[in-house]
Amino acid sequence: MPRPADAGPGGTVSKSSKNSNKRSRGAAGGGIRRAVSATTLLWIMACLYGLPVLWFILSSLKPSSDLFSYPLTLVPRNPTLSGFKTAWESANFSQYFINTAIVCVITTIVTVGVSCCTGYALAKYDNRWLKAFFLCILATTMLPSEVMLAPEFLVVRNLGLYNSFAGIILPAVLTATGCFMFRQFFLTVPDELVEAARIDGARELSIFLRIMVPLSRPIMLTLAILSFQWRWNDYIWPLLMLNDPNKFTVQIGIQSIVGAQNINWSVLLGASVISMIPLILVFLVFQRYVMGADINAGLKD
Amino acid sequence: MTKRASDVSVSPPRRRSKYILAPLVLIAANVVLFSLFFVWPAVLGLIYSFTNYTGVGAFQFVGLDNYHNLVGDSTFYDALTRTLLYAVLFVPLNFGLSLLAANLVVNKHAKGASVARVIFFIPWLLSPIVVGVLWRWLFGENFGLVNYVIEQFGGSAVPWQSNADLSLIVVVMAASWAWTGFSMLLFIAAIKNVPVSYYEAAALDGAGPWRQFISITLPSIAPTSFIVILLNTINAMKEYPVFVALNNGGPGTSNNLLVQYIYETGFKRGQIGYASAASFVLMLILMAVAIIQLIVNRRVENR
Repeated sequence: MPRPADAGPGGTVSKSSKNSNKRSRGAAGGGIRRAVSATTLLWIMACLYGLPVLWFILSSLKPSSDLFSYPLTLVPRNPTLSGFKTAWESANFSQYFINTAIVCVITTIVTVGVSCCTGYALAKYDNRWLKAFFLCILATTMLPSEVMLAPEFLVVRNLGLYNSFAGIILPAVLTATGCFMFRQFFLTVPDELVEAARIDGARELSIFLRIMVPLSRPIMLTLAILSFQWRWNDYIWPLLMLNDPNKFTVQIGIQSIVGAQNINWSVLLGASVISMIPLILVFLVFQRYVMGADINAGLKD
Repeated sequence: MTKRASDVSVSPPRRRSKYILAPLVLIAANVVLFSLFFVWPAVLGLIYSFTNYTGVGAFQFVGLDNYHNLVGDSTFYDALTRTLLYAVLFVPLNFGLSLLAANLVVNKHAKGASVARVIFFIPWLLSPIVVGVLWRWLFGENFGLVNYVIEQFGGSAVPWQSNADLSLIVVVMAASWAWTGFSMLLFIAAIKNVPVSYYEAAALDGAGPWRQFISITLPSIAPTSFIVILLNTINAMKEYPVFVALNNGGPGTSNNLLVQYIYETGFKRGQIGYASAASFVLMLILMAVAIIQLIVNRRVENR
């Protein structure tokens, strides 16, 4: 990363020393001091951010008898996977896991497809009503779904989608972020490419499917990761939509353990850590797409 | 941006008449979804907010009664003030932490920045429910790591769960921790875009790192700062899962925030009409926040 390195406020030229010799010496001495202080501060902060997760994961490896035994130890004395095993087997957790996976995968595929079509239309055709629809899409970012919980619930119920996966999936497909990401991407694709294909006699939709869709693969991947994360972590909407315990998602399952009279921490820790695994894996594999994502205004799930 | 093609090729009227079907097909799915899951609920919600609808059966129009009752409803008022207090604490804390993280990560003197960046980002991946559980585990009064450490240093256990203000502060810390990674990414992109020559010129004029940060970095990333503040304010106003998993709005009902209030009134007590009115108050607040920030943003950019 050459740019950020240069952008770092690293000038340590003292006001008095205009002599180039002195300046370089001053910069070198200050450089070491600054390197030490910047690195120290960075890692103090990284520890503050990393330790809670580390403590949580290490705790989940402790047998339930050791969870509350004093003195607390960071590293488990007798590490065991029994917490995960109990969590996985109890309370239908494996079923929740499968349910969530189904919902996430379907929602993600449909979201990416629909957003790609919309984003392309918004970028490459100019009609007045397309511009109007773009404003409509942007308006959805102003009104988060939390604001419309009750009426949205009634609409989905009236459509006969209550207590079904479709009731979770369909409302989630409409995303301003997705449309916006694809629109921004297709704006950067030269119009000449479309014109050339038209001259060659290609029809509009096959231009889109054969040329544009393959081009937009990186954006598809980025949105897919974001969408998967939103849906995997979603809580309130599935909670409202589902009343059949066999259809519950992981987050509802975890929350129901928290809401119990006496929290079974061993199961809760195991279940929570298991629920983190898919996202951490997706993130580690596709890290560069997430980190480099051109996330912009209007980001909303 | 796309002006080029329309300038050279076919004239606008013909172009417009030529391509109607293709774009229509492309946006059809989203138009249907938009009408079903945005327009319909929004209109319905507005109508219900003037009725005594319970979710089933007939209902009557009650005019502004719901809004009138909200004004005198101390539970709603508590939820509203608690939500605003939460936002006032969360937004600056998250802003400061993520700006600090972004600056440290792009700092050329800092060693191991790419690893640290991943560490800062991981909490954002966790679901709000898991974030709540994790911080509940850390801040347990009798068993938590934090109180254990405090006691090791000779302090006495802090009532993180049974004191209403402390339990709000724990949620503020948890949410700031969880959202840092996301805001940090936005800041990193903005900081990278500041021209290097500005810093070189400032360095020649003898400006120190702090001075450069105040006079160059901060003004240059102002648009991103506004986006971060706007998104975080909206997120804070609709926070719910972290609270539910961390202390369930407790102790008691002292930390019930707006969304939880809407959820409880609408779905637990079946007062859909009343909950819709509360939703519209929340919506008005969100719109006010957005408009104020747009105005401020424009003023700053024009300066």
